[in-house]
Amino acid sequence: MTPPVAPGLLWTAWILVRKDLLLEWRSRARANALVFFSLSTLLLFSFALGPDTTFLKRAAGGTLWLAILLASVLALGESFRVEQENGALDGLRLAPADARALFLAKALANTALLVLVGAVLLPVLLALASVSPTLGLGRLAGVLVLGCLAISAPGTVYSAISSHARSRDVLLPLLLFPLLIPTVVAAAKATSLVFEGDPMLQFGSWLGLLAGFNVVYWSLGFALFPRVVED
Amino acid sequence: MTLREGCAATRNTTGRALRAFCAPSLLDVSNALEFHDVSKRYGRTWALARLSFVLPEGGSLLLTGHNGSGKTTLLRLLATLFRPTTGRVLLFGKDAVTERETLRPRIALLGHSTFLYEDLSARENCVLLARLLGRPAGEADALLERLGLGARAHEAVRTFSAGMKKRLAIVRLLLKRPALALLDEPFGELDPAGIAEMEEHVRGLSRAGATVVLATHQVEHGQTLCTERLHLASGRAPPA
Repeated sequence: MTPPVAPGLLWTAWILVRKDLLLEWRSRARANALVFFSLSTLLLFSFALGPDTTFLKRAAGGTLWLAILLASVLALGESFRVEQENGALDGLRLAPADARALFLAKALANTALLVLVGAVLLPVLLALASVSPTLGLGRLAGVLVLGCLAISAPGTVYSAISSHARSRDVLLPLLLFPLLIPTVVAAAKATSLVFEGDPMLQFGSWLGLLAGFNVVYWSLGFALFPRVVED
Repeated sequence: MTLREGCAATRNTTGRALRAFCAPSLLDVSNALEFHDVSKRYGRTWALARLSFVLPEGGSLLLTGHNGSGKTTLLRLLATLFRPTTGRVLLFGKDAVTERETLRPRIALLGHSTFLYEDLSARENCVLLARLLGRPAGEADALLERLGLGARAHEAVRTFSAGMKKRLAIVRLLLKRPALALLDEPFGELDPAGIAEMEEHVRGLSRAGATVVLATHQVEHGQTLCTERLHLASGRAPPA
């Protein structure tokens, strides 16, 4: 009988992503709460900004990303709750699942959830702010995916850190928001350019900046996560 | 070196006795477990204090002691889930901190936590572990049947009783085919038939050559299963 061969890093990550998405699908409570919370946030921002459509158009990108950012705190915080229940995280460590695979899986599952939230918010935003994706839906989708990836990677690390803390609900945004200011600025600016047009050809630069943040955040998360989980 | 000799050294946990105990000539790679002057602290509280013992491969150790005496901490150190504050833990001759990734596939823990995902079915929980171990899903199915969970394998764990969750945790443990089985209160939440079954599983693990460490308050069950015994009092093995 051939001895079992443990799966490699990427296959382990895939097994864990599937597990996270299956859990999400089974409960659906988190996804539902996120969608309703982010929709409420979007509406509140729109009402707070007033009926001036010109101003709403200019603020559309920022409004979208603030709604996603606030929703991400709920999503990220919950993503480790399921691992704390019944000590499942210890079970994974002992299985053993590589902590870096765990990071990849959690961050990708969180990204999928945030992209879903963004996809639900976008049509509502287009209607509320009377904007349209001038540069095309493909570029809008690109900004959405890159922005959500850039939120998820550090968010996953910080949610793992704060999951052990007594005041984790407060700690996570305190740690995460300052770090994500440049990401949100880049994502909001790129989104605004998609809506308003890009006569100065700045879109590529903002998208490149967003990609750069992703490289830094994902590399750091990949390298640091084992220490977070194990120590 | 047997556990009794190790414990004899442990019972005189002075610096001098410990140095003698840890002399390189006495370090034997055929030992499954070696605790060398191990302490573990949570904040200001010492859960374990300068504990030393050895257990040979294939041995079985009954851990006893009052609540808070450090049994669970000791098991989590053996499971490589904790790192000692001071001292050194060797498992099968390897350092439990620096070589934990190599050791973990050989270790299984049945603890107070079941390690189960409540929203997954019994089968999905077991297949998840099987896939992580690189084993076919069929092994999980066979074990679920063997432990009488086959009929409810597709139901969410959330709907299971505490005893059934315990059985499922045993399936996970057996699926690993461990060289070191760590059992923390394995008889809790089980009915008399379940306790008898659990005893048989522990005997089966020993017969398969696994080293077994069993922590329980139900000493009458543990005594029949283990050849060695270590009693902890406030994180120490008391003087003989």
